[in-house]
Amino acid sequence: MTPLSGYLLVSALLFCIGLAGALTRRNAIMVLIGIELMLNAANLNFIAFWRFSENPETMTGLMFAVFSIAIAAAEAAVGLALIITIYRHFRTANVDQVEEMKG
Amino acid sequence: MTLPFAIIAGLTVGSAIAAMSLRNLVHCALSLVLTFAGLAGLYLQLNAEFVGFTQILVYVGAVSILIVFAILLTRSTEPKDEPATVTPWIGIAVAISAFLTMALAVLASPVGKRAASPMGEVSVKTLGQKLMTDYVLPLEVMALLLTAAMLGAVIIAMKDKEGSR
Amino acid sequence: MAELFAKLDALPVTLKHLLMGLLPGATPEWLVSVVSAVLTITPILAVFPLMFALTTVIERKGLGRIQNRIGPNRVGIPLTDIRLYGFGQFIADGIKSLIKEDVVPRAADKVVHFLAPIALLIPVLLTYSVLPFGKSMVPLDLPQTGLLFFFAVGASTELSVFMAGWSSRNKYSLLGAMRAIAQMVSYEIPLILSSLTVVMITGTLSLTAIVQSQSGVHFGFLHNWHLFTPWGLVGFFLFLTAAAAEANRTPFDLPEAESEIIAGYFTEYSGFKFAIFFLAEYLGLFAMCGLGITLFLGGWLPPLNIAPLTWIPSWCWFLGKLSALIVLFIWLRGTLPRLRTDQLMAFAWKFLLPMTLINLVVAALWYLLRDSLPLYARWPLCFAMLAVPYWLLGRGFEAKFTKREYRYA
Repeated sequence: MTPLSGYLLVSALLFCIGLAGALTRRNAIMVLIGIELMLNAANLNFIAFWRFSENPETMTGLMFAVFSIAIAAAEAAVGLALIITIYRHFRTANVDQVEEMKG
Repeated sequence: MTLPFAIIAGLTVGSAIAAMSLRNLVHCALSLVLTFAGLAGLYLQLNAEFVGFTQILVYVGAVSILIVFAILLTRSTEPKDEPATVTPWIGIAVAISAFLTMALAVLASPVGKRAASPMGEVSVKTLGQKLMTDYVLPLEVMALLLTAAMLGAVIIAMKDKEGSR
Repeated sequence: MAELFAKLDALPVTLKHLLMGLLPGATPEWLVSVVSAVLTITPILAVFPLMFALTTVIERKGLGRIQNRIGPNRVGIPLTDIRLYGFGQFIADGIKSLIKEDVVPRAADKVVHFLAPIALLIPVLLTYSVLPFGKSMVPLDLPQTGLLFFFAVGASTELSVFMAGWSSRNKYSLLGAMRAIAQMVSYEIPLILSSLTVVMITGTLSLTAIVQSQSGVHFGFLHNWHLFTPWGLVGFFLFLTAAAAEANRTPFDLPEAESEIIAGYFTEYSGFKFAIFFLAEYLGLFAMCGLGITLFLGGWLPPLNIAPLTWIPSWCWFLGKLSALIVLFIWLRGTLPRLRTDQLMAFAWKFLLPMTLINLVVAALWYLLRDSLPLYARWPLCFAMLAVPYWLLGRGFEAKFTKREYRYA
């Protein structure tokens, strides 16, 4: 069986890929996808730590992952609704072109 | 490291890189789906059947559909000849340094060497009972949050009536 | 006599064990599991596509009869005069789709266009892995998550539909895909909620355990199917309606309404890829019917627990019920007109969803009253609690579904 560090490394890699995407992509949807990836990486950590814990019967990590999946769904819905509204208003979904607040 | 883990992890990470680096947004979304499916596979490897299938149901069945709908609603399908990124090198450098920090921490810590204790099947019944007893407050808050998010998303995305702006 | 029939019942399982026994003793463990998996998958891959092939002919003939035509009756054995009542048609159709030219539009996204039919067929086939086809005949028994697996895998077909519609670069394809996705997402909720009643009563997600829970006997002969309870009766029809919409069957076939958007999301597919879409659609319908049978119609159990019926092998009961449901769907297709998009959405959200929620409450009540009320009082009470909302909700729809007066048309 794979040791815990294998899962943690995959999760760290996913988190950093998501971070890189969220920091560099211009399109707001891509930024949101990056954030989703980071959330999923955190979920993988929860599950991995739950599985490798002393007593998995308490199911704490599992529970946290279930709640986190539900939150992520709500977050995606609201985030995408915001992006659609921004697109209607500015005719673009690129984050660097939405700059009305700049002085 | 076992072979199934290596295959699934490689697929997950590879498709995540593709999801973040492809130019065409729909291709990105489709690669993202592969990442979600790979993560579900990793959950199955970790004996978390319920969460794995929930991941597929929620992410592959719902979140990805939301994303492709948003992509189609916000731009013409053809990618234009403009840069897809801003300040790519700074972002990538930040991400790589973050990864190196985390990887060093993981590899240095004794927790990472821990092997999994054998365990029986996770009973979904126990999970449900826990949801209704120990975790009933988070569950109710979650229900409230989902309702609020749904109403909020509908109201935000609803088209303004003519002349209201 | 009964022993002989018991042997017949276990025939597929015995056959598999016999074939597994033919393996040499020194076979490595992974090879054994691979052979076992292949032996399990092969009958599924043989039976259900064959059933699809026969269904296409029966559907065309049945629709023909309903529409006062004859339907296909020509193709039989080549070079002879034997026509088999047209039942050779599916072989001819298969050969035709195999040797037809495969046209891919120049503007299409080639990779996604190629992957879409595969990405549609694989999840559909995967759903079959948890259905119990007969006594101890379930390919993959997931005691904790069987039903969840079915829905999770079934939900991933929506994305394949999107892939097909988007990659074709055709507005009809895209419109069809959008319609299909909106419809599938909306109807998935009543589908899952109507199945949840069964999960709530039986307390398990395992499909084998759900079938087992229906094996009790009423009055000494009637099996304890969930269909025979008020919530099960209503739940089954809600499930069937939602399943028809999930499988894009008439009256919910807007995604491929020929008169409006050609063939919907597979407009730009030809040859064998088109055949795969066709196959996946029917296999999806069969899987939905199979799930409905498992949840409400007692799976592989006979309806009456009396001697000649229990002798019939369990897998025959499953396939028989499946054929009956398929005939029902063909009949519906020949009878009902297509809904409009707004009617479709309103029906899902304003009728099916409230009904499934009420059904959940009624099922809970049915369970709570099991000791305090006798059956003859409990049944009408629960049924009335479902019939009244049905009547009230239905009244709101009568106005919308009645004939409209077109003044200038």
